[in-house]
Amino acid sequence: MGWLYMLPALLFLGVFMVYPLIDVLIYSVEENYNFASQVYSGYGLFNYSYVLHDTYFVQALKNTFIIVMITVPVSTGLALLISLGLSSISKLKSLYQTLYFLPYVTNTLAVGLVFMVLFKKTAYSDGLINLLIKAFGGNAVDFIDGPYWAKIMVMCIYTVWVVIPFKILILTSALASVNQDYYKVARVDGTSSLRIFCRITLPMISSTIFYLIITGFIGAFKAYSDEVALFGTDLNSAGMNTIVGYVYDMLYGNSGGYPSYASAAALILFAIVFTITIINLLISRKMVTQ
Amino acid sequence: MKVVLKELTKIFPSRDKKDRTEVVAVDNFDMEIPDGKLVGLLGPSGCGKSTALNLICGLEKPTRGRIFFGDEEVTDLPPEERGVGMVFQNYALFPHMTVEQNITFPLGNLKGDKKLSKEEMKAKAYEAAKLVQIENLMARKPKEMSGGQQQRVAIARALVKRPKILLLDEPLSNLDARLRLQTREEIRRIQRETGITTIFVTHDQEEAMSISDMIVVMKAGCIQQVGKPQEVYDSPVNLFVAKFLGTPAINVFKGRIISGGLYIGDAKVLDIPDEAIMGTKDRETVETDGREVYVGIRPEGFILDDNGPLTCRLDRVEVMGRDISVVSFHDAATAADTVCVRSIISAENQVDTDKDTVSFSLKPDKTHIFDMESEELLYYTKE
Repeated sequence: MGWLYMLPALLFLGVFMVYPLIDVLIYSVEENYNFASQVYSGYGLFNYSYVLHDTYFVQALKNTFIIVMITVPVSTGLALLISLGLSSISKLKSLYQTLYFLPYVTNTLAVGLVFMVLFKKTAYSDGLINLLIKAFGGNAVDFIDGPYWAKIMVMCIYTVWVVIPFKILILTSALASVNQDYYKVARVDGTSSLRIFCRITLPMISSTIFYLIITGFIGAFKAYSDEVALFGTDLNSAGMNTIVGYVYDMLYGNSGGYPSYASAAALILFAIVFTITIINLLISRKMVTQ
Repeated sequence: MKVVLKELTKIFPSRDKKDRTEVVAVDNFDMEIPDGKLVGLLGPSGCGKSTALNLICGLEKPTRGRIFFGDEEVTDLPPEERGVGMVFQNYALFPHMTVEQNITFPLGNLKGDKKLSKEEMKAKAYEAAKLVQIENLMARKPKEMSGGQQQRVAIARALVKRPKILLLDEPLSNLDARLRLQTREEIRRIQRETGITTIFVTHDQEEAMSISDMIVVMKAGCIQQVGKPQEVYDSPVNLFVAKFLGTPAINVFKGRIISGGLYIGDAKVLDIPDEAIMGTKDRETVETDGREVYVGIRPEGFILDDNGPLTCRLDRVEVMGRDISVVSFHDAATAADTVCVRSIISAENQVDTDKDTVSFSLKPDKTHIFDMESEELLYYTKE
């Protein structure tokens, strides 16, 4: 009887979760798989080896890691600073909260367009940022089609800009949920603001911070649409591809039609995200109080 | 350290945009709390007692008035320079710190030459913990402790800097009935041992009466009466204080003074000699004859007496072992919900429950007369 009750859920999970996972695993070990004729020459790890030696994949891996390592700490730290600021003002608080939340409800592609206007250098215009750089005596840089560091910088700024509203939202509510009596206790003894922050505020919201870090890592590893919004769909030639972008290209892109390579790349990404998340959880178990 | 409050007033601006009336939480407090005493600030919810405590602590700035600790004015000093320790209603123990870390937290704020080494902090924390008898729980986290133990940790944290004044906000309200009895004895003991002037806030009159050296009864931001618990109970200055103190509550009747007697309904319950002078607290004499008054009679002020003047309709008798409680009705009683009279008499008396009525005579010193308009106590003296 028990199995009967669970049947709908099992069926659903089986069809939409377990089967695709197994299928991806199978694709990834089928060598020389032909998408059209659906034949393959044997099983092996060649697909993984191919992917890992593909310069496009290595570039995508590098880009993804740079984006993750820069945007997660920066966006979380910045969001914490802004939330602390928001929770300590009373005037115009709701106005600022709305302003900081706006990017969250804005379309990614529209934001990408705005960033293009800000950063892109064309024959007719240098873009707003370049005008500023020139005003301070610098040389104009093409941030969208120019050198790698400029592109990755714009990419990171854009990613931080996109992910920060959600973090601010979560952190302000975490800060607001800290019982005010703790701060009163601290005030009775004349505790300095820095000590209040380190010994009371930070431990009280530590679980929220770790939640944001873990979900931030996972989200950043899966980055793709933000890159498309800034650099268009041909990310390989722009040198700005990510792992998810590589998977997509292998399946449907110009060089597409290789589900085996795509599956292998997807599983490599899964292994990376899984490892990082485990490390995060282990650290958080030690650091998070309550 | 004695605490002197002079014309202390706290007005909160209105939060409601439509209704701009300000809230006067503490209204013109003039009070002196003697050194080394345990004082209970007593009043119903929202009467401003916690605000008064916060003003003394320094967490709130007074709108007007001044605060002195001893001879030193502390009105403009921040809490840490006043030398106060505060225990909050929910204890506010830091959940992520152990008991020891909680107790040493205030010490970690000391700067300059007052700064303590780790060993000194530990020693002081241990000393404070010993005082409240939790020295064997130092490694625990607050959530691993009972409410009573948490309360002790909070007191230890407030005491660790040896404050001049200890402030407790509703210290017993989060405890169950049995722990409450135990803890109030504990607070009394700690206060005696340390000799620190202690002010605590409560809405429970029994709690305040049982352990305080002095109680301050408040209503709507104003002090009603200050005095020793028994004095305040025996001679309340107005109807509010009389009603607020004592369980079961005082029985209040509508009455009238007619030529030398106090009448409830048609019955003359008490003699007031013709030559008696009646007056209010300020010794203003008032016209006695024909005056409408409230008569407050403590439950223990009734004497079972078949020939007694006050006859009530008997409802039931509740047995409490040592005493019995006679519940009856009287048309002149003002208790809004039940219009009942509750009188407590010794269990040696027999009440005939078959009868419909019960008669009492009254003890004059348990019977208080209040003016009907001002609700102030009317004294009467034979001169």
